[in-house]
Amino acid sequence: MEYILSYLVFLPIIGMGVIAFIPRDKSDLIRIVAAVTTGLQFALTLVLWNSFDNSVGTMQFMEKAEWIPSLNISYILGVDGLSLPMVILTGLLFFLGVFVSWSIEKAVKGYYALFLLLNAGVMGVFLSLDFFLFYVFWEVMLLPMYFLIGMWGGPQREYAAIKFFLYTLFGSVLMLIGVLGLYFTCGQTFDILELQRVAPEALNGVLWWGVSAIKVIWVLLFIGFAIKVPVFPFHTWLPLAHVEAPTAISVLLAGILLKLGVYGILRVNYGLMPDGVYWFSGALAFLGLINVVWGGLCALAQTDLKKLVAYSSVNHMGYSLIGMAAVVAAGEANGSNHAAAQAGLAGAVFQMFNHGTISAMLFILVGVIYDRAHHREIEGFGGLASQMPVYTAITAIAFFAGLGLPGLSGFVSEAMCFIGAFPVYKGIVIASTIGILLNAAYFLWAFQRVFFGKLNEKYTKLPEINNRELFTVIPLLLITLFFGIYPAPYIDMISSTMDVIINHVVSLSSLASM
Amino acid sequence: MNNLQSLSYYLPELILTTVIISGIIYDLFIAKEESYKVGFVLLVGLLVVAIAIFFQNNEVTSLFTSSVVHDPFSRFFKLIIILTTIFVSVVSLKSGELKSYRKGEYFTLLGIIVFGLFLMVSAIDLIILYMSIEIVSIMSFVLAGYLKKSTRSNEAALKYVVYGGFSSGIMLFGLSYIFGLTGTTNYFKIYDALSVMPAESNTAIIISIIMVLAGFGYKISAVPFHFWTPDVYEGSPTTITAFLSVAPKAGAFAMMIRFFNQALADGGAMNGLDYTSTTEIPWAAILSILAIITMSLGNIVAIQQDSIKRMLAYSSIAHAGYMLLAMPAMSGDSIYAIMIYLVMYLFMNLGAFFIVILVKNKTGGESFDDYKGLGWEMPIVGAFMTLFMVSLTGLPPTAGFVGKFYIFASLIKEGDAFYYLVFIGGINSVVSLYYYLRVVRVMYFSGVRQDVITKPGTIMGTMLFLTALPTLILGIYWVPLTTWVENSLKFFIQTL
Repeated sequence: MEYILSYLVFLPIIGMGVIAFIPRDKSDLIRIVAAVTTGLQFALTLVLWNSFDNSVGTMQFMEKAEWIPSLNISYILGVDGLSLPMVILTGLLFFLGVFVSWSIEKAVKGYYALFLLLNAGVMGVFLSLDFFLFYVFWEVMLLPMYFLIGMWGGPQREYAAIKFFLYTLFGSVLMLIGVLGLYFTCGQTFDILELQRVAPEALNGVLWWGVSAIKVIWVLLFIGFAIKVPVFPFHTWLPLAHVEAPTAISVLLAGILLKLGVYGILRVNYGLMPDGVYWFSGALAFLGLINVVWGGLCALAQTDLKKLVAYSSVNHMGYSLIGMAAVVAAGEANGSNHAAAQAGLAGAVFQMFNHGTISAMLFILVGVIYDRAHHREIEGFGGLASQMPVYTAITAIAFFAGLGLPGLSGFVSEAMCFIGAFPVYKGIVIASTIGILLNAAYFLWAFQRVFFGKLNEKYTKLPEINNRELFTVIPLLLITLFFGIYPAPYIDMISSTMDVIINHVVSLSSLASM
Repeated sequence: MNNLQSLSYYLPELILTTVIISGIIYDLFIAKEESYKVGFVLLVGLLVVAIAIFFQNNEVTSLFTSSVVHDPFSRFFKLIIILTTIFVSVVSLKSGELKSYRKGEYFTLLGIIVFGLFLMVSAIDLIILYMSIEIVSIMSFVLAGYLKKSTRSNEAALKYVVYGGFSSGIMLFGLSYIFGLTGTTNYFKIYDALSVMPAESNTAIIISIIMVLAGFGYKISAVPFHFWTPDVYEGSPTTITAFLSVAPKAGAFAMMIRFFNQALADGGAMNGLDYTSTTEIPWAAILSILAIITMSLGNIVAIQQDSIKRMLAYSSIAHAGYMLLAMPAMSGDSIYAIMIYLVMYLFMNLGAFFIVILVKNKTGGESFDDYKGLGWEMPIVGAFMTLFMVSLTGLPPTAGFVGKFYIFASLIKEGDAFYYLVFIGGINSVVSLYYYLRVVRVMYFSGVRQDVITKPGTIMGTMLFLTALPTLILGIYWVPLTTWVENSLKFFIQTL
């Protein structure tokens, strides 16, 4: 138990090492090793959840070791209510991802080795509490992702892979500059918890070229994270990468990698620059609105089913941004509306998780139909409901979850985001209801075109969804249903931490009372 | 210290000279087929020299009546240069390009360059400075043209001579200005004279320093003194290209740091303090501009190359730019950063060139097409090349990232004055990703799984491993390196 977080991070690396020694012809053995590794990791995340104390809002299971003393870099891991759900989601989706990609035959050894490296990188980002370590893990994800898209992807994979890499690296470079700026203005430490204590004070009044250092660093870090989220106008890499990536990688990209951006903003920007939160929250909510509407409009225009799901991610992450902006409601200036701040922030974090499960489900389902029909043109199908009834039923639930139908988890978190943001950003919340409308429109319209109407002659022999595929979808489906009806376990897990974040932002920002 | 006393501090150089001479003599008595054995003489000799340097005392003093120094800073660079030369000499034994040539002179000339570089990193006198540059340059001209049956190699040597002669001519002219202004060739006396110079002579000083920069810029291949680099790098035997891209650059950076810090500033950087410029000369700005155009041009032109060797030539220009980036701050931290960067650069750049040699031995080509499917044919080599490319881009957890991290950190530490340099440097890294990954793309994305896997030979494999391992390890844990660099950051400073 003592080093559980390190095990979580390095277990995939060990799995990768084992795979490296398996002869490349033994594909099944490689798959089994990957499944065992990720399965163990998922089990460990559940153990972690079980022994996690919901009533504590600060870091738990902390590990600390010296790394590079001369630069004050340490190896620090820890988990709180913000990272725990993401850690569990990572464990789950990587485990399912192994089975989603079971049918891949090309260079299986390389595929799973990179898959596990990606896993280690993602886990590391969620757990690390030292900025240098965080940055290293953040970058470690890029190379495996480049290969996974570029080698196992669709026809335009090379372009998609390099575009993804260049975009993200650009963001990372800005982030690095911001991190170094923080390091030298806040007493030369990379310890995020230490920075949370020191930074709000130390950055106060520091001017760079006449601009407040808080604003400069906020923007640098925000762009770095916004590219991952992705926030409009940094989203253009996403549809391409999603469409070209193999199914499992799309699942992970939408399910987890996009969450890294929101997680980073909450952990770093919110934790280190409370003043910046107040300064930027209006823009954040507005960017959320653009994401919601723009993502919705783009999704409506797509003819490719996978691209539609990809744009729905842009749309869904917008809700999260709006919810995050609601934190300012807790300030005196906005009437100390703590409940709204809580609802908004918890909604944003819940939305991250829900989008993780729902979009993963959607991508798996798109992958299922693609494996059978070898295309994803919405207009190319029709009448599949009679041919694949089980698949149709599952897709229907997934689409309903995507469009935020009450009773499914997506509805709860979207509603919470709106409830939280409403007292402060009435106009934006009202305007973003257009997004909900679009959201319903593109999902329902796509559903109608694919599943209803006359059955396309070509597809009279299309086989039903098989057991392996069912195994990957059903858990996600159950989670969506469960949290749609009874979200309390999730909210309990995160609420203490949300309180800590809100109090931290409100009490340390000089702008909160103005 | 007088000449006779100095000799005891000069043991490594004396051993090196003995090695060179015995190499020449030994070469007279062996047949062409056996001439590679001179390489063993050089290798053993260099190892002895390295041991001698390693066990030298930590004293800080000047030798030969204040013309060269003996200090930890120069010893650091000497060891780096020897390490590079050992790597290159071992690989030269296996190089296919050199197969049909007599190798005796090749190795003795390499030894002479090492001697020149030793002088370069320890010079504190303009005459020695110029002489060391000439020793290194002239030997490099010959080595660049070593493949006498290849037109490319001949062209490389000729271009190198013309550019080299031109740049060192300009430099010498600049040095004569400095001598004319100050009446001395010793760095410390120059500093003294410059610090009391009236403001009217600033123009003359700026002109002379820009002229001197032409010489430095030519050695580190900084834009706009880089024109020789791509052609010479492409035409030379690849082993020499690898050598030229690392060792003379390290030497030239040591020389530049010493010159700027001791002749033009109060040497405060040696004590970890910020520099104070002697005069009103805006040379921080001059160096910034030089750094920006060097890395930007290097990176942008590298994108368009079809030959990997040529691409690496431009990439080495870009890397000189990254190192130059730290020069304007000229603090103890920035010198520290340059030293760390050089070590990281040594491993990743040599490794990349070794793979070029390996592929050339196998396919005879150097273009991107020759690397098609390499990752499938030679998985180990492909993986190493990927590592080197990632490291050259500067992604963690590799050595290249740590190097860049120190450079950027040393600039940001100075406050908002140099943020723009870091920003431009960062954007350049993103640009460089494109062409470095092109190598990876060619190696893996085109081509299919092969049934037969080729492995590199024992010697080449070992050399690749010895460059790849530090490239990865130093990206994860580099405390021993920082300790070494910290201990080496001691300069000789003469108080007059």
